[in-house]
Amino acid sequence: MVDVRITTAMLYLSGVTVAFDGFRAINNLSLAIEPGEMRAIIGPNGAGKTTMMDIVTGKTRPDDGDVYFDGVHDLTKLDETEIAELGIGRKFQKPTVFDFHTVEDNLHLALKNDRRALATLRWFESVEELRRIDKLLDTIRLKPVRDRLAGSLSHGQKQWLEIGMLLAQQPKLLLVDEPVAGMTDSETQQTAELLKQINQDRTVVVVEHDMTFVRELGVKVTVLHEGSVLAEGTIDQVSTDERVIEVYLGR
Amino acid sequence: MRIGPFPLTRILDRGAWVFLALLAAFSVLVPLANLLVPPTSPFHVSTYAVALFGKYLCYALLALSIDLIWGYAGILSLGHGAFFALGGYAMGMYLMRQIGTRGVYADPVRPDFMVFLNWPELPWYWYGFDMFWFAALMVLLVPGLLAFVFGWFAFRSRVTGVYLSIITQALTYALMLGFFRNNFGFGGNNGLTDFKDILGFNVQADGTRAALFFSSCVALALGFFICRALVTSKYGKVLIAVRDAEARTRFLGYRVESYKLFAFTLSACMAGVAGALYVPQVGIINPSEFAPANSIEAVIWVAVGGRGTLTGAVLGAVLVNYGKTFFTTGLLAPYWLFVLGGLFIGVTLLLPRGIIGTLQHWWDERRSAKPEPSEAPQTGAAPLTNPHPAE
Repeated sequence: MVDVRITTAMLYLSGVTVAFDGFRAINNLSLAIEPGEMRAIIGPNGAGKTTMMDIVTGKTRPDDGDVYFDGVHDLTKLDETEIAELGIGRKFQKPTVFDFHTVEDNLHLALKNDRRALATLRWFESVEELRRIDKLLDTIRLKPVRDRLAGSLSHGQKQWLEIGMLLAQQPKLLLVDEPVAGMTDSETQQTAELLKQINQDRTVVVVEHDMTFVRELGVKVTVLHEGSVLAEGTIDQVSTDERVIEVYLGR
Repeated sequence: MRIGPFPLTRILDRGAWVFLALLAAFSVLVPLANLLVPPTSPFHVSTYAVALFGKYLCYALLALSIDLIWGYAGILSLGHGAFFALGGYAMGMYLMRQIGTRGVYADPVRPDFMVFLNWPELPWYWYGFDMFWFAALMVLLVPGLLAFVFGWFAFRSRVTGVYLSIITQALTYALMLGFFRNNFGFGGNNGLTDFKDILGFNVQADGTRAALFFSSCVALALGFFICRALVTSKYGKVLIAVRDAEARTRFLGYRVESYKLFAFTLSACMAGVAGALYVPQVGIINPSEFAPANSIEAVIWVAVGGRGTLTGAVLGAVLVNYGKTFFTTGLLAPYWLFVLGGLFIGVTLLLPRGIIGTLQHWWDERRSAKPEPSEAPQTGAAPLTNPHPAE
C-alpha cells in the first residue's frame, strides 16, 4: 500500500463474509458509501442488513474481507467503544432512551463532552451547550416536550429522541436501523424530512423495510439478498428490476 | 435539569432543607432533653433512648449508603453490612487499646483476649490503633479499599444484577467466617467489647453518649449532603443512565465501570463511618455484624422508605428499626422475623416506590393535574419519580 488512505469512501466494505454456524449471513459483500451520501439499504428478512451494521459498529467480527471507515480506520480491528469514538453513531431498531431522564437530559448525556467521571462531577451547563441542545430539540421537533420524562414519550418521539442523541454525539456517519418501524404515516413522513435534514452535513445509512418511506427519502438504494448486493440504483430502477421483484414477491 | 455554576441551590432543594432542619433540631433537642431536663419531667429523654436513637442514626447512614448505589446506580449490594462491620471493628480496635491496664489481665498493650490466648505480643495489624486519628483513617480506608478492589474486578468483568448481589453476599459471609476464628486476631466470636474510654471520655457517661449521638447526626447530615451533591450533578445523571440502560450508556462512550466503582467505594466508606459510630454506642462489635441477614435487612429499610430518594432510606431505617425495637421487646418478640418478611412482601406488592417515593409521586401527580403554573424558579434536579422536573 503506497497511499495511507485506501479509498475516498466514508464507509468501504470489500469482500466481507461472516457465517454463523455455517450459515453465511453476509456473503462476499462489497459496498462503498461516499462522504455526504445518504444510502438506503433494503432487502427481505434475513438478507443480512442488521448483520452488516453489526460488523460496521464492531459488534460482530467478519470472517473475511475489509471494512474501512474514512479511508484510514480498519474497523475489523476496533471494539464498539473505539468505533463510537471515531464518529460512527448507531440507532438500533428498538428505541433505547433513558426513561427516567427528561428529553433534555437525554440529549445532555449524549452531547459530545468529557466523558470522565470527575469531569461530570464538576460539570455545569454552559450557554454554548444550552444553545446546542436548543438547536437539537428544534431538529428533532421535541422542543415542546423538553422537560418531559423520556419514558412518557410516544414510540415515534422516542425514535426521534434517539436520533437526536446520535446527532448530539456529532458522528461523521450515522447508521439508522428501521427508524420508522411502528410509526404512523405522518410520523414516517416527518422522519424522512428529519433524515434529509441530518444528511445535509453527515453521511447516513438507513436500513428500512418500508418501501414508501424509502421512496420518500429519494436516495440511492442498495438491495441486499442472502448476504450480498443484488441491485443498486434509484428506487424506480431497483423496483422494476426482475431479480428484485422475484426476491420480494417470490416466483 | 438545569445544572448551574452554583451547586448549593441544586444540592439543597426544599425537601433536603426540611430533612436537614429536622435532623438539626433532633441533634440538639435530644441531648438537651437528656442532659438538662430533670428525669421527673415528661420531656426527659433517658440515656437508654439517646443510645437507641443514636443507633438508628447509624443504621440510617448505612441505609443512605445503600440507597446511593442501589437507588441511583442499580447496584444491589447484599453485603453492605460487611463495610459497616469493618468500620465498626476499626473503631472497636481503638476502643480496645484505650482500655489499657483496666482490663481483667491488666496488660498495658494487649487486649484481654490476646492474653487469654497466650499471644506473646500485639499482631502488626493492631499497631497504630491506640491513636484515634489512625483508627479514624482506617474506618474510611479499610472498607473503601476492600470495596475498591472488589468493585474493580466485579465491574470490569461486567458482573451485574443477581450475580453481583450473590457475590456481595459471599463477601460478607466469608468475612464473617474469618472474624469468627480466634486466630484471625479480632477476638473470635466474642468480638470486641468492655470498652472504657473514647478520646479520654467514659463511653458510658451521659455526656459522652450525647456527644456520640450528636456526632451521628452530623455524620448523617454530611453523608446526606455528599449523596445529594453526587446525585444532583451530571455524574448522578450518568449513574441513573447506567441503572436504566447500561449498554446504551457504554455506547454513548461512558466508562461505566469507573462510574460504578466511584459510587461503590464512596458508599462503602459511608457504611464504614456508620459502623464506627455504632460500636461505641452499642458497646460491642462481633462477627455476627457480618451476617448476610443483616445486609439484607438494611436493603429492606431502603425499600420501605423508597429507593432512590435518599430521605426515604433514612426514614425506612428509622421506622423499621423502631418497629424492631417495639416488637422484640414485648410478647411479640418471636414474630419479628415474620413481620419483617411480611413488610418486605407488602412493600414490594403494594408500595413499590416506598413511603417517600409514593408521597413524591402522589405530590407530582397532584401538581401536574393542576393547570400549568407560571414560570416557577428552578429548584435544581428533580427526584426520579417527578414527571415534570424542571418546572
